[in-house]
Amino acid sequence: MNKMEQSAVKKICEDNRNDSSKMMDIVKTVQNEIGCVDDSIIDLIAEQVNTPRVKIEGVVSFYAFLSKKPKGKIVIRVCDDVVDKINGAYDVAVAFCDELGIRMGETTSDGLFSLEFTPCIGMSDQAPAALINDTVVPYLTASKVKEIVRELKEKQDPLKLSLKNGDGNNAHGLVRSAVKNNIFRKGPVIFADFEQGTGLKKALSLKPEEVVETVKASNLRGRGGAGFPTGLKWQFTRAAKGEQKIIICNADEGEPGTFKDRTILTEVPELMIEGMSIAGYAIGADKGIIYLRGEYAYLKAFLEDVLENAREKNLLGENILGKTGFNFDIRIQMGAGAYVCGEESALISSCEGLRGDPKTRPPFPAQKGYKEKPTSVNNVETFCCVSRIFDIGADKFTEIGTEESSGTKLLSISGDCKKPGVYEYPFGVTVEELLEETGAEDTQAVLVSGPSGQFIASDSFKRKICFSDLATGGSIVIFNNKRNMLKIAYEYMAFFEEESCGYCTPCRVGNVLLKRRLEKIIEGKGEPKDLDYLNELGESIKYTSRCGLGQTSPNPVLTTLKNFRSHYEILLKEAEDGMQPDFDIKDALSVSEGLIGRKSVIY
Amino acid sequence: MENKTITFKIDGVEVKGSPGQTIMQAADEAGIYIPRLCYLKDQVPHGSCRVCTVEVNGTPQAACTQPITEGMEVKNDTPELKEHRRNIVDMLFVEGNHFCMFCEKSGNCELQAMAYRLGIYAPKYPYLFPESSVDGSHPDIFIDRNRCILCGRCVTASRDIDGKNVFEFVGRGPEKRIAVNAEARLSDTDIDVTDKAAEVCPVGAIIKKRIGFAIPVGERLYDKEPIGTDIESKIKSEKVS
Repeated sequence: MNKMEQSAVKKICEDNRNDSSKMMDIVKTVQNEIGCVDDSIIDLIAEQVNTPRVKIEGVVSFYAFLSKKPKGKIVIRVCDDVVDKINGAYDVAVAFCDELGIRMGETTSDGLFSLEFTPCIGMSDQAPAALINDTVVPYLTASKVKEIVRELKEKQDPLKLSLKNGDGNNAHGLVRSAVKNNIFRKGPVIFADFEQGTGLKKALSLKPEEVVETVKASNLRGRGGAGFPTGLKWQFTRAAKGEQKIIICNADEGEPGTFKDRTILTEVPELMIEGMSIAGYAIGADKGIIYLRGEYAYLKAFLEDVLENAREKNLLGENILGKTGFNFDIRIQMGAGAYVCGEESALISSCEGLRGDPKTRPPFPAQKGYKEKPTSVNNVETFCCVSRIFDIGADKFTEIGTEESSGTKLLSISGDCKKPGVYEYPFGVTVEELLEETGAEDTQAVLVSGPSGQFIASDSFKRKICFSDLATGGSIVIFNNKRNMLKIAYEYMAFFEEESCGYCTPCRVGNVLLKRRLEKIIEGKGEPKDLDYLNELGESIKYTSRCGLGQTSPNPVLTTLKNFRSHYEILLKEAEDGMQPDFDIKDALSVSEGLIGRKSVIY
Repeated sequence: MENKTITFKIDGVEVKGSPGQTIMQAADEAGIYIPRLCYLKDQVPHGSCRVCTVEVNGTPQAACTQPITEGMEVKNDTPELKEHRRNIVDMLFVEGNHFCMFCEKSGNCELQAMAYRLGIYAPKYPYLFPESSVDGSHPDIFIDRNRCILCGRCVTASRDIDGKNVFEFVGRGPEKRIAVNAEARLSDTDIDVTDKAAEVCPVGAIIKKRIGFAIPVGERLYDKEPIGTDIESKIKSEKVS
């Protein structure tokens, strides 16, 4: 570390008030400016912030976008999610390797480029896609790579890439992104017209308790995937003891195949922010945090501007809309590449500058959340629904959707279909209708709610998207008859292995074991008893895991076993000689033979 | 000052506890043994091993972190839960490189003793054979990460009792491991052999040097009685007196 880097690190710490709870912002800024957070930098931060160096190392080693080893000035992250792979991500990766002269995971010798794979970046409808530093490059092809690399070498700045702007606010001066919205169906809740301030004004005409009651009466359930009743969550948080309360917006959107919150953040962020203000009023919070996944960094400047506009309109800040004593403001907390931080308590840990470990529950965030204060974590789309509920009234909201699932659901649909994109449907729409609307043909399977959800086969296509039937946070991935369901399940198991926080035994170890047994079957070495092994192991992981990740990670295996069992069965055979089919005696002896210098006589 | 007693059931047996207690704390006091590995009395429960998983009103919870409530119905000693616990212990064995035959902790090891108590002779999962590091740099304390079960006892003890922060976790998922508060070696930290952090390890991951094999086979802690006996004998001794 030279003197310039030393003073840069010190300044970054000081800009964050030498506050260890700002560790995420500190290490992210250091990573962006210097290219790594190595041992000497860790020592310096430890001294400035008065935190044990091993704790800082713990944070740096947890998040995919942080590294101790130097990365290139330009980091190219090719998304290797299943949908991207189906659409040619490997061809794109090979093209980058050829153009840069390095392999995946390496950095060019001039320190300019690093090349790596990254899981779903929320661009499944425009796959294959890559992140080049903070710049998203969607709709990639191997043939586009040559020109991109040439331009990067020339301009040394991904922000200067000449990519055509996408639609809507993707073309906004503070965004200027090639990303497209692909909003193909708008509904009465999220994408309908809205006059900023309407919902908040109506909410402020009520008492805070009445606001909570209105949300309860609307039957609104969380839109992030878990579906917890929002009114109830706010009721608990409002009732909790604590001088300060916090509202957090979960904009981590990490479930593979989910990109609907991205379109909200791009096109109707005002609707979401207003919902947060209403929430703040309802529970008595003066502070809000938007936890924005690192992969959506390209939207940060735009969102800061939207927040500033809201402040100018007195929709944020002090004595909001003339309500004396109602103060509420919002800051943005950036993530750094960790799917588990979409889990509400892991998200809170990350906001506190810690490793993204889910917390011990009880106590739940409503009692003790961010910095032990009563906290309500809600999804981006949930806050939008809140604004709309106060705009049109709780009764009108319950008239949309089904009996137990009020309102609409934003669905991000991708995979084998002609029109991948975002669709706003009232709850109760059938899978069949979605396949029709998106132009899907020869559909073999639909993955509802991402790998933590379920694979369904054609016998379930008449089922409905709603909380009492097929629940989803929004992710819908369509797979046609050409796809190998077991290989797809395997890819998702590899995802969970990588993304597990590692805190608890069943998830940390169990998912690895599940993935390996599935691999054995795919390689043609599976036995009939392997299916019982997968079921038993999968159920045990779900039963004993500490958080929602482990409680759902076996689903790719368990739901394909349930709905595509024949795909497993045709690959199995009874071991004839009584030996384990994946044990090769000659291979097992080869190391000893090499050491001793002679071949086995028996084998 | 709350004087309330909370009455609940474990496997149909009535247990009395006090407000703020976890299921495990109340069970321990009542002489009912709930198997556990990462839990250490008087330490903030880590809730990572998941061996203490019990069924509470139909839902699985970790007994070490779950507070007791009036009328709670807990299932502990069931064949299903025993199978889940065996699975977890099996996972811990295959995740590391546990060579009991030459490990200094053998006979005093909680993981080994738990395996015997649960009737495990060999894990049912295939070994993962990871590459883990050892650290013999310190004159008095030896670290062998092949044996670490990521229980967090050393992290908590060093932080809360020794006030030193010698240990913390780094890495994510299967890469998660114990690191020391120095660039590389334990000898560069301020750990001392008298630290609590040096004695809380349930397995042979943190070993004090020059003590191993001093106690003959047959006289070691778990040679004499199965793990958990200290808690179960509470009832027996109360019945006797």
